[in-house]
This record gives sequence, C-alpha cells and structure tokens, in this order.
Amino acid sequence: MGEQGVAHVWRKLRAIYNIEGNHCKTCDSYFFPPRLVCPNCRRKGQLEEHHFKGLGKVHTFAIVRQAPEGFKRQVPYIVAQVELDEGVRLTAQIVNCDPEDVEIGMRVRACFRKITEYGERGIIVYGYKFEPVLKVTGHPYP
Amino acid sequence: MVGIVGYGVYIPRYRIKTEEIARVWGDDGKRLAKGLGVFEKSVPGPDEEVATISVEAARNAVKYAGIDPKDIGAIYVGSESHPYAVKPTGTIVAEALSCTTDLTCADYEFACKAGTAAIQTTMGLVQSNMIKIGLAIGADTAQGRPGDALEYSAAAGGVAILVGMDNVVATIEATSSFTTDTPDFWRREGEDFPSHGARFTGEPAYFRHVGEGARLLMRKTGTTIDDFDYFVFHMPNGKFPLAMGRQLGVPKEKLEDSLVVRQIVNTYSGSAMMGLARVLDIAKPGDKIFMVSYGSGAGSDAFIIRVEKEILNHRGKVPTVDDFIARKTYIDYSEYAKYRRKIKALA
Ligand SMILES: [Zn+2]
Repeated sequence: MGEQGVAHVWRKLRAIYNIEGNHCKTCDSYFFPPRLVCPNCRRKGQLEEHHFKGLGKVHTFAIVRQAPEGFKRQVPYIVAQVELDEGVRLTAQIVNCDPEDVEIGMRVRACFRKITEYGERGIIVYGYKFEPVLKVTGHPYP
Repeated sequence: MVGIVGYGVYIPRYRIKTEEIARVWGDDGKRLAKGLGVFEKSVPGPDEEVATISVEAARNAVKYAGIDPKDIGAIYVGSESHPYAVKPTGTIVAEALSCTTDLTCADYEFACKAGTAAIQTTMGLVQSNMIKIGLAIGADTAQGRPGDALEYSAAAGGVAILVGMDNVVATIEATSSFTTDTPDFWRREGEDFPSHGARFTGEPAYFRHVGEGARLLMRKTGTTIDDFDYFVFHMPNGKFPLAMGRQLGVPKEKLEDSLVVRQIVNTYSGSAMMGLARVLDIAKPGDKIFMVSYGSGAGSDAFIIRVEKEILNHRGKVPTVDDFIARKTYIDYSEYAKYRRKIKALA
C-alpha cells in the first residue's frame, strides 16, 4: 500500500508546509486552511492568498501520554491550539519544549517537522509544528 | 564576483554526552572524551531528519540574505542520510521555501563533503549566468552502529548557503578539489549503518586529502598560511583538525573559532560548513578564510573566502551558530535510543 495517502497529502502540500491560507479584502478576515469563498461576505468577498508569518501564542494545550500508532516515540508530547498573530487559530504540536514548560500565552513560531509517514514504504508527510521563539543574539562579539 | 549572499544553520536541541554513551558500553567516558576531543553531540528529535533540518537552515539563509526565494534557480542538498532513497530532498526544500517551479534540483552524496560539492556546483551555474541564486545545503542526521566508535561522533545539523553575484556578504575567491579512490568509510545500499577502515581513516584518508587539498589551492593562488585570518577544516572529531593545523603550520588561534566539533561533534555534510558559518558570525570585513572540507571515499574541497562590508547589514536577523549551540537539552541513552529508532518495536 505504498501509494496510500499520496493524493490527499499532495493537494495540501503548499498550505501545510508554509501555512498558506487566505485573506478577505472585503471584511479583513484571515482563513486557514484556505477557503473557497468568504463565509462572512459570500459573493461580495474578495479572497487573496496569504502566507501567514507563523508567529503566535499558545491559546490552550493538552499533554498527550497515550498516543496513536506512529506517534508513540514522541510520548509525552504537547498538542496546542495556537493563535496566530493574524487572528487565526490552528491545532498543532509544540516541540522543543518540555511538557512541564508549556503555558498559555507562550510566544511560539512555526517550524518545519515530520508529521507522520505511511509505513516504512510509504510517503513521508511534513508540515508545521510550533516551538518557543528562539533567542537571536545576531553578533555575539564586538 | 561570485560569493555567499546569505547563510543559515540549524542544530537540533537534544545533546547526549560522550560519557553517557560510554557508560552504556562500559567504556571509559572521560578518557574517550579527552582522547577524541568530543564532549557532547547533537541528536535530532523524533520528528527531525535531513529534510526538516535543511528547510530550517534554508529559511534562515533566505531571511539573512533578504532575497526573494523566487530568485533561487537551483537547490542541491548534500547528505548521507536523505529521507528517501529515491526522491530528492531538494524538492521538499523548494516547496517549503515557496520557490517557483522554474528551478533545478538534485541530491548530492559524498560522505561529509557533499555540501561543499553543492557550493561549487551553484558557483558554476551562477557564474555562467544560468541562474541568479543557487542554494547549497549540507545536512545530516548521521548514525553510528550502537557500540561502534562512530556512535560518539555521528551528530545532526545542517547549513544552507545562498550563492549569487549581487550584494555578497563574502566573496568566494577560489576553490579547488583533491579526489582519489580511498575506501576509508562506506555504506552499501540497504545497510542501516556505515562501515569504516578503522585506523585507515587517519593518515591516508583525512590528513592526505585535507593536507594536499590545502597545499594545492595555496599553490594555485600563490598564497601562504600568513595570508589568512581563519582556517576551517572538516571536523570528524576534535583531534583531527588540530593535528591538521599543526601539520600545515597553522597557528592555533586561527583555527580555534571554527571548532564547533567540541559542542556538537561531527555534523557530517554540515561539518566544515558549520565551522565556516561560525567564523562568518564573528569575522570582520576584509578577513580571509581558508576552508577545506573532507569526504570519505575520498576527496576534499578547498575554498578561499573574503568577508565583505555587506556582512554588517545582515547580522542579527537569524540565530547564530552559538545561539543554536546554547539551546540544548541533555538526554540519556534510553531517550537517545527511542528518538533514533534504535528500538525497532516503536514505529
Ligand atoms: Zn469577507
């Protein structure tokens, strides 16, 4: 079953690699995943592509200790609702953070990780997870 | 002139100490750490591999350079741990950078020097006007067979370098390579772990190729050790680059800043490039850098790089090598085995 999941994943690649959704110019709302029509404005909506910056904060979270197949090596791990700075919420894993250190309101940035794979012979699915923002010193010496 | 328009690195957060690996196998950890000059190594998380490390490093490079990813015309990813045997890692990187489809890409493999081979290729494409900007990546999540000497040094990390002609932060003044058929280290198709010629890896392999490669480029360019402010040699462990420096007569202080090997050990395809990145983090305009990578099998790529004033306009935008080195969490051998799939029962 090597071809399992291929079409389903391929259609969403760009959106889940780069957090690409859309923005309605009429009502100034952002959407992720991308919508075909603006649910607020319907026919009057004017949708444009929007590449989310990938910065936001933890809105709420849960610690997963009983994981489904394929995620057991990561236990315990954090799943959170992240609120992006543009106002959209999405569900994602928080990585590079121990379960005891995550808190509501914590600043996070999107990172690129392996999400799952379809067995040893199938495709590998990549996409966004979030991590605590990393300190940038830039230039440590004078 | 052709040069580096931006660079970015990525090092996973987890570290395991040499002493912790030694404890499991009943080795003398303190003696080993001192003997090899390696104290802790970087370990990827369970959801990190060459494609994810390459994307993170490449996104940092694009941000540092301030370029439009649509100007990237070629992506070459050098690694010996590509996630797919057939399907280029570069395709995933291109999509994750929102590049255009008007782009060529391929995966490279030449043990620890596949990344610098990618730099040379992109230099050629840029100088012949075939592309505007090329992206060269060296990244690995190297594995050693449990209990093998390589387990102490096989680390994870990646470096992405954007090569172009406009607004270069460092000019690549010259490059040349030295290549032979030397079986010091190899991995056959379908094997999980590499094999090596043990003692054979030193004199006829690393020292001959790095040494000859360095002398060759200095001869070609009429330069000497005194013409350079920094030296970067491939770092399979902490001892080899220092011994190489002594053989060539490089003052220790010109080599010291590139020795990331002590904190993260050998990032394979990213190794020499990580040392270069650390030097670029701190060098002054006008400084000259001499870098030699090494790949088993075997070959070396030598480079002469001059730091430009432009570099001052780019610092502070993305994390430095030291920022990534400072971000660390220690794990023990059982967590390491869990993350690295040394326990086969866990998917
Ligand atoms: Zn609307």
